[in-house]
Amino acid sequence: MLYANVDTDAIIPSREMKSGAKTGLADGLFAGWRYTQIGGREPNPRFVLNRPEYRGVRILLAGENFGCGSSREHAVWALREYGFRAVIAPSFSPIFYNNCVRNGIAPIRLAEPIVRELAEKVAANPQEHKVTIDLDAQEVVAHDGERRRFEIDAHLKEMLLSGLDEIDLTLTKRPEIDAFLASDRARRPWIYLET
Amino acid sequence: MSSSAAPRTLFDKIWSDHVVAELGGDTSLIAIDRVLLHERTGAIALRELDRVGRPIADPARVFCTMDHIVETRSGRGDATRVPGGEALIRETRARATSAKIRLFDIGAPEQGIVHVISPELGIVLPGATLVCPDSHTCTQGALGAFAWGIGTTEAEHALATGTLRVRKPKTMRVTFDGELDRGVSAKDLSLALISAHGSAGGNGYVVEFAGSAVRALDVEGRLTLCNMATEFSAVTALIAPDEKIFEYLRGRTFAPRDELWDRALGHWRTLHSDDGVQFDREIAVRTDRFAPMITWGTSPQHAVPVTGRVPRQEDSGATREAYERAIEYMGIEPGAPMSSMMIDGAFIGSCTNSRITDLRRAAAILRGRRIAEGVKAICVPGSSAVKRQAEAEGLDRIFRDAGFEWRESGCSMCFFAGGESFGERQRVVSSTNRNFESRQGPNTRTHIASPETVAASAIAGRIADVRSMVS
Ligand code: SF4
Repeated sequence: MLYANVDTDAIIPSREMKSGAKTGLADGLFAGWRYTQIGGREPNPRFVLNRPEYRGVRILLAGENFGCGSSREHAVWALREYGFRAVIAPSFSPIFYNNCVRNGIAPIRLAEPIVRELAEKVAANPQEHKVTIDLDAQEVVAHDGERRRFEIDAHLKEMLLSGLDEIDLTLTKRPEIDAFLASDRARRPWIYLET
Repeated sequence: MSSSAAPRTLFDKIWSDHVVAELGGDTSLIAIDRVLLHERTGAIALRELDRVGRPIADPARVFCTMDHIVETRSGRGDATRVPGGEALIRETRARATSAKIRLFDIGAPEQGIVHVISPELGIVLPGATLVCPDSHTCTQGALGAFAWGIGTTEAEHALATGTLRVRKPKTMRVTFDGELDRGVSAKDLSLALISAHGSAGGNGYVVEFAGSAVRALDVEGRLTLCNMATEFSAVTALIAPDEKIFEYLRGRTFAPRDELWDRALGHWRTLHSDDGVQFDREIAVRTDRFAPMITWGTSPQHAVPVTGRVPRQEDSGATREAYERAIEYMGIEPGAPMSSMMIDGAFIGSCTNSRITDLRRAAAILRGRRIAEGVKAICVPGSSAVKRQAEAEGLDRIFRDAGFEWRESGCSMCFFAGGESFGERQRVVSSTNRNFESRQGPNTRTHIASPETVAASAIAGRIADVRSMVS
């Protein structure tokens, strides 16, 4: 799916977010493109994910600025529920990128020609040509063994690998938070409001 | 020179004021001064915190409004045409009340679109950090705050800890210098920028808007300019606060008063980028020859002057695939003049352009005129306060007499959540921010523009140049 600027309205249209919950979203993933009619459920055979050779895929190869638009985390929840564990794209929208990391989807940045080349290799023979990701080594591995290194913030990599609860992690910093609040209250008292 | 005297950007100053701890890499634990929620995404965050039994760190600094899925026809209650919406509204109310956070409910005088009411109530302040699970939170950077949109999981983190783990972004300065022609406003500045540099042009950056054309904008124009930063894929945008901002904030409900006001003002006056400071990237733009802008395609970067034509693929900045898709979706021909396009709908509203000055400018065009036969035109004020003010000035009469519907405040048809929409393949000129496929309803065709361009187009029945209608 190499078009640029695929937005979160396209990943999951608002009308598909019925429950207001984090689950039950996979059916609505790419609904506008995946089904023949808006609101319908008849698969559009031309849409890439409906092709039998891509059943069970876990890595999405995407275009520039993937996930732009609305901040809805539903886009990431829907991708995850559908089965995706990684998205490889030349760039991501910043909010979408953060949402991925917090939901166990690895957002991997590779240069546009490399993503295109990977996609072409896969398309030539989807059954055989599988892409894997070695998050620890920070490498994307093509079926022919070619390895492409990607950069990811050490902190985010750790979060993806460990699956730690971020809130718990931050609450171990309670002494620092309390110290900050005490000095900040003296410095910027107007920030603090009464209930 | 010691390092503490090294010149700093506005963003650097706000950032270092909020660092609680360094977390390694470029990531810091950043204190969050304000958290805003709305019923669409905020309810999920509150539900999740309730589920795991985590309290909100400081409820006094959390605010919630009802804007996204509420009905905007008059006489509204909790009922909404959005499927499942009423339950979400009730749940938000119950959870916000039990969490003891301030709620601006349906019918409350403060109710309105989150990014409209926050400046209006003095919730966002210069130098503050503010987050909201909503991508247009960047709007509020116009007051000199570091305000940005986050996801629901991050919102839970901000609520529970009063902090966020943030990777320090790069900085970009966009300088707009020059005069603005009559009929050209902040919306046109942003569309011109995004069409020139692409909707990914700001990716990874915090953008500071500067220059004489930005300083000349009123506070509401600055909010419009910053609002569109997310369509530029920027982390957020901000503008150094000046006397216009301070005057705007004085006396607002949650702004500091008396001795605290004086102390705050002392601090706020230090909030600007120092002379000679280096940004990671600079863009300079001359504004003198700007025309009103309008989008032709399905990305905010697909924008041209209203006097222009649909570009050919080679000149469009879009790949062949994206271009063909956009042309087909919009039902337009390469090379067609924008002014040849007949419209079915006109919408004035949204956190981009629904403040009192927006309505005044649109009303100045509509006064004594009628919209074209067959055009469905709707005006949705950005907040209940804007609506009251407009009615006090008699603007509602001008809108109604011209043939516009006059609504209660909310997000309304800025986006489609299964409720109300313009019809399939209807062509709509809209003062909103996103012209994505089906954003305003299944297969609607959205052209985004300033409110005055929307008003002029509604009268003409086709895309029109507002400059032909200003006296
Ligand atoms: S008005 Fe539109 S863009 Fe703004 S917050 Fe509401 S839905 Fe989002």
